[in-house]
Amino acid sequence: MAVDAGRYSLTLSRRTRRRKVVNLLMQALATLAALAAVAVLALVIVSVAQRAASALSWDFFTKTAATFGQSGGGVANALVGSLVIVAVATAMAVPVGILIALYVSEFAPPRVGDLVRLVLDVLNGLPSIIIGIFVYGLLVIGSGQAAWKGSFALAIIMLPLVARATQEVLALVPGTLREGALALGASRWRTVLGVVLPTSFGGILTGTVLAVARAAGETAPLLFTTSIAANAVTWDPRQPVLSIPYDIFVLSESPDPADHARAWALGFVLICFVLVTSLSARLLLARYRKRMEG
Amino acid sequence: MSARVSAVPSTQPLPERRRIGDRFGDLFLHGLTGAAAVAAAVLLGAIAWKIFQLAWPAITKYGFAFVTRQGWDTVHNKFGALDLIWGTALTSFAALLIATPLSIAIGLYLSELAPRGARTVIASLVELLAAIPSVVLGLWGILVLGPFVGQDLEPWLHRHLGFIPLALGATRWEMVRGVILPYTRTGVSAAILLGFGRAIGEAIAVTQVIGAGHGIHWSLFVTGDTLASKLAEQYQGAVSNIQIASLVYLAAILLVISLLVNLTALFIVRRFSHERIGGS
Repeated sequence: MAVDAGRYSLTLSRRTRRRKVVNLLMQALATLAALAAVAVLALVIVSVAQRAASALSWDFFTKTAATFGQSGGGVANALVGSLVIVAVATAMAVPVGILIALYVSEFAPPRVGDLVRLVLDVLNGLPSIIIGIFVYGLLVIGSGQAAWKGSFALAIIMLPLVARATQEVLALVPGTLREGALALGASRWRTVLGVVLPTSFGGILTGTVLAVARAAGETAPLLFTTSIAANAVTWDPRQPVLSIPYDIFVLSESPDPADHARAWALGFVLICFVLVTSLSARLLLARYRKRMEG
Repeated sequence: MSARVSAVPSTQPLPERRRIGDRFGDLFLHGLTGAAAVAAAVLLGAIAWKIFQLAWPAITKYGFAFVTRQGWDTVHNKFGALDLIWGTALTSFAALLIATPLSIAIGLYLSELAPRGARTVIASLVELLAAIPSVVLGLWGILVLGPFVGQDLEPWLHRHLGFIPLALGATRWEMVRGVILPYTRTGVSAAILLGFGRAIGEAIAVTQVIGAGHGIHWSLFVTGDTLASKLAEQYQGAVSNIQIASLVYLAAILLVISLLVNLTALFIVRRFSHERIGGS
């Protein structure tokens, strides 16, 4: 580049040299920051995996916690519990989230749509522990804990995520597709359900998977809604159940080192689940966007 | 509109039943989706109402003085939020202080320096970092903020005329400092506020790491407590009703702070995106 040379001579002036040094320094710092972020990710995964190794076994996945004084035992009830809680939460949040997104993108006047988006964003910004206390006050006081009450709390967290993601992909559906359907004589609702919604299916799926990944790791809303549970595997959402994140929280506060290893192992399971799901969701979304925009 | 359509003689009029069905279907879907949207708004209102209702005994008993009093004495039922608010502010600001320059640097690296192939890989790795559940993490701030800011800066050079200063002979850093940073300032500050909102509400990671302590400290290395961690740690062990109400009073304070922070950030984001659409 011509910039590199001084204006009249081929040797760099002092000022230019200083500018170049500052530039290089800043570039190095920026690169270093990015490397640090990647290193932290690697560090977290490796250190969790290392500490988890001693506790990972067949029993860990298939047995419930050992009774007091005995060694061994596993976390099967927490695994099943998380599965139940998150599945029910997904069943609650996804239909409502899609409906809200449809309202914003297909029916609402622009100002009302803006308002609904604001409500979703505010809902998304609420601390999850507040949502936990809300559900506690609404459903748990007087009638006790249950898995579905935890699901309700997680569904509140998932709702804005699903709705916003869906609404973003609905906005990607080309207007010509809608106009084509309407011009062929299809009614509004048939256009929405038969053309717009199926076209954005991939994007909605991605949004849902990301919301599931987020919900699976939430601890605070489950503290008050489904934490005091029997030490047995239950598939019944009407019973209180243990969950992976809550179990990590409890095990990590326990004085027994074997429990710590179990907490790390559960953390490893959770990280693997979250990383695999969010990575595949992002890959899916990238492909989907390319198809829609390209 | 329907009147105009029926005025034009069509060759094959729709069967009456289908027309009625379509009108009903349109109305029904409009109503159903609208109801879902209203439900979201009602939910938000219900959350605020319920929190204040649960906290009401403590609010009436201690009044606003609760906010300015120190100490959490469960034996004599003397509660105050000041040191917890302080702990929340201190930890969140510290997180912000670490996270902001790092996030901006990562954003700049991704947008200006990273080779094309590495960009998507590193960007998705940074986003994965944010996806790791907080219960697994003791460290938090960086991870909360990173992706927000990164996303904000990323497509800058490609969408705008950032190459002009470069062509005029500026170094990359001069271009960043003189053009990109001032131009993206509002967006970045909104992202920082959103990250701050998430940091103050983070209960679990903080409870695990900082442990229960009391009093106001300047130091980050003395155990302390935040609003959210106090809640997570004491809610189940709470014995008296007034203690529970006081704990929810903390939640109400947290709610108000996080609403203020988030609404400010969202307001900035909105104005910012309007400016962008209108201005460039």
